Amino acid sequence: MAARCTDVLRHYVLLSFKVFSRRKFFTAISIFGISFTLMVLMVATAMLDHAFGPGKPELKGERILVLGNARVSGPHLIINGRPGYALLDRYARNLPGAERISFATGDPDTSVPVFVNDRKIEPVLKKTDADFWQVFDFEFVEGRPFNQAEFEGGRRVAVINRSTRGQLFGDGPALGRQVELAGARFDVIGVVEDVSLFRVEPFSDIWVPYTTEASTAYRTQLLGNWTAIALARDQAGKEQLHDEFNSRMTRAELPEGANLIVAPFETRFEWLARSGPFSDSNDPESQAWRFALLLVIVAALFTVIPIVNLVNLNVSRILERSSEIGVRKSFGAPALTLVGQFVVENVLLTLIGGLLGLALSSVTLRAINASTLIPYSQFTVNLRVFGYALLLSLLFGFISGVYPAWLMSRLHPVDALKGAMK
Amino acid sequence: MIRLENIEKVYRTERIETVALSNLSLEVAEGDFVSVMGPSGCGKSTLLNIIGLLDTPTAGAVHLNGSAVTRYRDRELAAVRNREIGFVFQTFHLVNDLTVLDNVQIPLLYRRMANRERSRQALAAIERVGLSARANHFPSQLSGGQQQRVAIARAIVGRPRIVLADEPTGNLDSQMGDDIMALLKDLNQRERTTVVMVTHDQQKAEQTHRIVRLFDGRQVH
Repeated sequence: MAARCTDVLRHYVLLSFKVFSRRKFFTAISIFGISFTLMVLMVATAMLDHAFGPGKPELKGERILVLGNARVSGPHLIINGRPGYALLDRYARNLPGAERISFATGDPDTSVPVFVNDRKIEPVLKKTDADFWQVFDFEFVEGRPFNQAEFEGGRRVAVINRSTRGQLFGDGPALGRQVELAGARFDVIGVVEDVSLFRVEPFSDIWVPYTTEASTAYRTQLLGNWTAIALARDQAGKEQLHDEFNSRMTRAELPEGANLIVAPFETRFEWLARSGPFSDSNDPESQAWRFALLLVIVAALFTVIPIVNLVNLNVSRILERSSEIGVRKSFGAPALTLVGQFVVENVLLTLIGGLLGLALSSVTLRAINASTLIPYSQFTVNLRVFGYALLLSLLFGFISGVYPAWLMSRLHPVDALKGAMK
Repeated sequence: MIRLENIEKVYRTERIETVALSNLSLEVAEGDFVSVMGPSGCGKSTLLNIIGLLDTPTAGAVHLNGSAVTRYRDRELAAVRNREIGFVFQTFHLVNDLTVLDNVQIPLLYRRMANRERSRQALAAIERVGLSARANHFPSQLSGGQQQRVAIARAIVGRPRIVLADEPTGNLDSQMGDDIMALLKDLNQRERTTVVMVTHDQQKAEQTHRIVRLFDGRQVH
């Protein structure tokens, strides 16, 4: 039975290639449409994978929770933003279930002017603590991160990334050299590999201890520009610290005029959902499913038009081949066998389109990486993305092939031989 | 071998009802060579399609080798067509994307058979119709007569006991038509294959064992 199936499948594959080579125009049009659609989907998949998949410096990503949104509301007040240092300091320390908790300034567009040989550059500056380097696994090119003593002592030390080292000091080493930030000189003690902007929490050009801040005004603000990053001990620890913090928030001191604060510890995906389309939610529970649903709907809307086009193209192609269907039915092909033949043919076509789409997406991702559109982006088509791409191609081929094949299977042999469809 | 009992075939649309066959009964014995004649639109092709299980009668029964096949479902009908019947069409109906060899192999694809054996049987059928040199050609590279020979090779490759030919010489000149007729006669005489052939050509019909004449969907004598 298995041998017969293999034999029939082999025939379908051979026949498919014969059909493709004999109908070059149709094949070219189909492959172009499929590969372009899949390329866009694969680029989007690679970007999502780059933002949310495991990778340096987020090797412990599945244990990391972020507190990056705070929504304060009252009868005449709604403020959406990031939490302030005071909120984190009062309520986000010593959370059960957490292995480490780090505080850092949040917005990736907080740049600082630095002058190099009369030339101004504006690297992004992140102020953080010593725990930051334990939560993330940065790849050090030179030196080391700042430690607890340096942090507590307010030592002016800085870690910079490879690109900033190039801009500041050329090709030479950076250790022992100084960089002037907002009028103060910092000793460079470490150089790390560039981190993509898509890795929002670890991303920066320069990292310094926040204890070097001249003013202490930030220490009293409930809302501001801060992020807490918690490394949970395990999955249970994640839930524990999340629940405990929410419980603390119900007793939190609120700004004047406010009666509710929503500021949960969440995964980056949940954080993105809350900072983007669902920022008006007063529900501290995860908005991830709503965001995921939104992404699926957008992807489906984007995919549905090419699929409908492909279905139409396939229906025309099948009608054009109705005589062949009639002949096959006359000589004993059961309807299901013919459905199999056309689905295999279509899946093969989409796989070819998928491979081409994969090559095109690889080229597109390289072009995005080479441009400065997204700082330090390292989008790649890795095995995981390739797996998604393969799945997408198969799904695309299957969906766009099944309906025309089903229509064809209902074709009456006599009508099919006459070249007409009922 | 083939027995039709009170066959009626009516085509209905919203406005009109067309009776293609009416109260038609017919028996064809094994090894018989029957031609069906009649004016255009009298139901000849409909009759052939019903015998070949490509179409179902509105009323009446079709018996094949003693079995009432009218009750069969799609999969069973497909299996009977594959095993018992070979078709030859007026317009050949070869698959243009496939070579002669691949076209002839089609009926064998739906049987349990090794690939090599399938090729061997197809090549034997092609040799029988005298087209061995053209096995790897595409239909568009052949003349009308050669295409009909390929169609005959396809019809006989599975060694069916019945061959149904719908005006097999209708699109050919007289010489090619004679060649095709000779092939069908040879098949009938040497292998006792039952042949039912629709034709307009009185000369060709006279070469068969008997003639069934139809007029307005009814059998006339």
